[in-house]
Amino acid sequence: MAEAIATKPRQTTPGKSGQIVEMSWDPITRIVGSLGIFTKIDFENKKVVECHATSSIFRGYSIFMQNKDPRDTHFITSRICGICGDNHATCSVYAQNMAYGIKPPPLAEWIVNLGEAAEYMFDHCIYQDNLVGVDFCEMMVRETNPGVWEKAKVTPAPHAKDHGYRTIGEIMTALNPFEGEFYRKTLQMSRVTREMFCLMEGRHVHPSTLYPGGVGTVPSIQVFTDYLTRLMNYIEFMKAVVPLHDDLFDFFYEALPGYEQVGQRRILLGCWGSFQDPDVCDYNYRTMDEWGRAMFVTPGIIVDGELVTTNLIDINLGIRILLGSAYYEDWQDSGKTFVKHDPLGNPVDKRHPWNQTTTPKPQKRDFDGNYSWVMSPRWFDKRTGDHLALDTGGGPIARLWTTALAKLVDIGYVQATGHSVKIRLPKTSLKPEVELEWKIPKWSNAIERDRARSYFQAYAAGVALYCVEQAMKEVLAGRTQTFTPFKVPEEAISCGFHEAVRGVLSHHMVIKNRKVANYHPYPPTPWNASPRDSYGTPGPYEDAVQNTPLFEENGPDKFKGIDIMRTVRSFDPCLPCGVHMYLGNGKLLKQLHNPTAFAPLAKK
Amino acid sequence: MKTPEVLANRPPDVKEVHIIWMTSGLSCDGDTISTTGASLPSIEDVVMGNIPGLPKVHLHNPVLAYEVGDDFMKYWHMAAEGRLDPFVLVLEGSVPNENIKSEGYWAAMGTDPHTGQPITTNEWIDRLAPKALAIVCAGTCATYGGIHAMEGNPTGAMGLADYLGWEWRSKAGLPIVNVPGCPVQPDNMMETLLYLLYQVAGLAPMIPLDEQLRPTWLFGKTVHEGCDRGSYYEQADFAHEYGSPKCLVKIGCWGPVVNCNVTKRGWMDGIGGCPNVGGICIGCTMPGFPDKFMPFMDAPPGAALSTAIVGIWGGAVRKLRAITNRTVNKEPKWHHRGTHLTTGYQPKYYGNGNGRG
Ligand code: SF4
Ligand code: SF4
Repeated sequence: MAEAIATKPRQTTPGKSGQIVEMSWDPITRIVGSLGIFTKIDFENKKVVECHATSSIFRGYSIFMQNKDPRDTHFITSRICGICGDNHATCSVYAQNMAYGIKPPPLAEWIVNLGEAAEYMFDHCIYQDNLVGVDFCEMMVRETNPGVWEKAKVTPAPHAKDHGYRTIGEIMTALNPFEGEFYRKTLQMSRVTREMFCLMEGRHVHPSTLYPGGVGTVPSIQVFTDYLTRLMNYIEFMKAVVPLHDDLFDFFYEALPGYEQVGQRRILLGCWGSFQDPDVCDYNYRTMDEWGRAMFVTPGIIVDGELVTTNLIDINLGIRILLGSAYYEDWQDSGKTFVKHDPLGNPVDKRHPWNQTTTPKPQKRDFDGNYSWVMSPRWFDKRTGDHLALDTGGGPIARLWTTALAKLVDIGYVQATGHSVKIRLPKTSLKPEVELEWKIPKWSNAIERDRARSYFQAYAAGVALYCVEQAMKEVLAGRTQTFTPFKVPEEAISCGFHEAVRGVLSHHMVIKNRKVANYHPYPPTPWNASPRDSYGTPGPYEDAVQNTPLFEENGPDKFKGIDIMRTVRSFDPCLPCGVHMYLGNGKLLKQLHNPTAFAPLAKK
Repeated sequence: MKTPEVLANRPPDVKEVHIIWMTSGLSCDGDTISTTGASLPSIEDVVMGNIPGLPKVHLHNPVLAYEVGDDFMKYWHMAAEGRLDPFVLVLEGSVPNENIKSEGYWAAMGTDPHTGQPITTNEWIDRLAPKALAIVCAGTCATYGGIHAMEGNPTGAMGLADYLGWEWRSKAGLPIVNVPGCPVQPDNMMETLLYLLYQVAGLAPMIPLDEQLRPTWLFGKTVHEGCDRGSYYEQADFAHEYGSPKCLVKIGCWGPVVNCNVTKRGWMDGIGGCPNVGGICIGCTMPGFPDKFMPFMDAPPGAALSTAIVGIWGGAVRKLRAITNRTVNKEPKWHHRGTHLTTGYQPKYYGNGNGRG
C-alpha cells in the first residue's frame, strides 16, 4: 500500500499545456492555526490549476465532551478557538438555553450582544490591518509588484480628507508591520475593543461571565458608560477606516485590471445570524424561524445571488457532514442515530451533526485519498439535490449580503435596504455624523471579502450603540436581573446558531441522563477549509485558489504567491477550529512541459 | 559628580535574541492572541526596542510573521541546526502522544521535504529543545496539558514537562518556565518574557520558579487572596445566583485554592477578570485543570464546610485549603508519554497494540 500514497498533490484535472509547477506553502502565517496549501501553478498562463488545503491538528473535542455535564460545554468549547472562543461560548449557551427551556432576562441578552459586538470590532480590526493588511503593505507590494508600488506612490487617495493619507502609497506605508502608523494604531484599537469585551464578558478570549440563563456581569451604570466612551472612540476611528480601505481596494481594481478574478468563486454564501432580539427570542426550537429572523444580522443562504432561505429551521435541517478526504471512519452505517426527528417532526439525516459519530483514524497524508483532519460540511439544497459547498467569505461579506437582501433589520444605526446596508455613525469629537453604505458587490472575490470586513466593523459598532442604549434603559428602569435559574433535563436535543467572527457557527447537542451524549460544534473553518468531499467537490479555499489568475510580477524563482495568499487570507482562515499552507519558497518543485505526464501517476 | 551608569548606555551581554514561538501544540492559538493584548509591556515595546538594556529581539511567531511557508520555516530549520543562536523557544498548546498509534500525526507544522509528510510538533520539540537557551510554555495546555488533555481525550495529550521531564534543564541551565492560564493573562506572559530578556542581558539573576515551574511573583497568591469579594466571604454572605455582586463560592468559585493573580491584575490593563467581575474561578491556571474543577458550576467540594466555619476556625480552613491546593496542583495520571492511551477513550484504529483495528 505504501507506494500508493501521494505525498504531493497529483494532477487530477488536465491543464492547458504550459509549465506546471508544484508550489506549496506550509504553514500559511498571519492566520490563526495551521493550514497548508498545496498548488499546481501554470506560470505560462499565469494561473493556479489545482489546489489542496490540509490541516495538521486534531484535538478531539466531540470525543472528550461525551458524558460531561452539559453545563460545562460553553467553558470547554470556548477553548476550540483562541480568537473567537467567546463566539463558541455564546453559541453553546444558546444551545443550552434551548435544551433547558429557558430565556435569559433582556439585560443579559443586551450584555451578550455588547460582548459579541466588541469581539467583531476587535477581531476584524486586528485581522484586517495587522494580519491581512500586511499583504497590501509597502514592503509586500514592493516585493511582489514593483510596478504597482510605483503607481501607488503617485495615485492620490480619493478620501484623503477622511483618513489623512494623501496617496495610496502612503496608505501602504502606514500598513508596514510594527513600523507603520496605521498598523500600530490598529493594534492599539484592538486592545481598546478587548477592554470593551472584558467589561461585558470578563476576560478575552475565553469569557468568565457567560452562563446558560444569563450572565454573571454585575450591571452597574459604570460598566455601560465605560463601554460607551470606548465605543465612541472606535466609531470615530471607523470614519477613517472604511474610506481608507475603499481607497486601497479600489486602487487594486484600477492598477491591476482583472483583479476581480482573484479568489473569485460562485456566489454560495451562508450566514447563521447574530445578535438576539430579547423581545422576540425565546430559544424554543419551534419558533426558531421567527426569532432567527429577528436577529440584528439576518441568517440566510445565498445561491448565485438569490436569497434561498432565512429560516433557521431549514438551515438546520439542510446541514450535512460529508467525509471524502478526512482521517475519520464513516458513521453512515456504524454510528448511532441520536435524533430521528426534530421537535417539529421533520426527519433528521444520518449525516446531520446531531447524528455524527467522530472516530479518528490517524494515517499518512495522501493527496489522492485522505489529506486533512477537517471534514466537509455542506448544505443540502432540496430544490436541486446538490450538496452545496457554502462559504462564509470570512464572515462579513455573507452577513452583510444576507442582511441586505432580507431587508429585515432596521435599528436606527443600521438598516437593510434590499440591495445595501446603511450604517449611520453619529457625531464624534472631531468628525460629523457619517452615513456609510455597503452595496451588494458584483463578485464574491478576495477584494470584496476584505472590503466587507471594514464595513462590518462599522456595522458592529452601530449595533453596539443600539444595544448599549437598550441596556442603559433596563438599568435605569431598575430591571437589573441578569440570570434565569434552570434545571438540566434528563433528556434533550438542542442547537445554537450564531456568527463566529469569520462566519457560520452551530453547536448541536444531545443530552441523555443529564450528560452530554453527543456534541458537535461546526465553526466557519470546516466550511471554508474543507477538503474534497465524497462527491469530489473541492472546499471553498481549494475552489477559490484553483483558477485564480496571478498578477505577481515575480516568476517561479522568486514567487511569493501573493495573489494566492490574498485569496486564502480573504476568508480569514482560522484553523484551530478546523485545519495547514506551504509555499516552497518559490522553489521549483517539478517542471513538466506536458501536464499529461501526470496521467500515469493518477489514481486508477 | 560622576554620571551614574544607566541601562540605556549599557550594552546587553547578549546583543540579539530570537524567539521561536510554536503555536502548533494542541492549542487554540489563544495565548498568542492574548499576548497581542498585552500593554505592560506590549509586543511592539519589546520588538521595537522601547525598553532600555534589552538585547535586540527577533520574533518568529506564525500568527504575526511577515514571511510565509518556507521563508518562515527557515528559522525553525536554522534553530534546529544550531545556526540561530541564541534563541528562546515558546511553546503554545499541549503535546500530543504520537506513540499511541502506528501511523499519521496529531499535530504538525511544515512538510518534510524527504518524505512529503508533515513534520510533527513532537519532532520539532525534540529538535529544538536541546538547542534552546530557555523554553517558556505559554498557557495551561503547554504547561500542564489543559483542556485537550481532559479525561477521555483521544490524543494522549500532556504538558511539556510531562514530555521532556520535570527535571529537564536547558543548555544554559534553565528549567522549563511555565506561564499557565487558559488563556495566559496577557501581561503575565510579556512580563515573564521580559524577565528572561533581562536575565539574558545579564541584568537579572535566575528566574524564581515554584515547584510547578511558575514565576513565583505571579503565581504565589491565590485568586481568593486578591478578590474584592473577600469581605462578603468573610461575612458568609454568598451569591446563590449569577449576576450578584457577592461571593461566588457557592455557585462554583474555586478561588480559595487556585494560584492566579487575575483578581488583582484584571485582564486588560486592569479591566475585567473573573470573580471580581462576576465570573466563577474555574481554576484555569492549575495543573489539575479542567478535570479537577468539573462540573464547573457546582460548588467546590468542601465549600460547604469551609464557608460554614469562616471566621471561627481560620487555621482549620487554611489547612483544609492547603490540602485541596495540593490536589489541584497535580496533573491527572493519564498525562504521560507511554505507548498506551490511558485517558479512558477506547480507540478503534490506532494499531500499535492500542485499539481494535
Ligand atoms: S468570589 Fe471566589 S475568590 Fe472571590 S471571595 Fe468568593 S470564593 Fe474568594
Ligand atoms: S481567576 Fe481562575 S478562572 Fe480566572 S484566570 Fe485565574 S485561574 Fe483562571
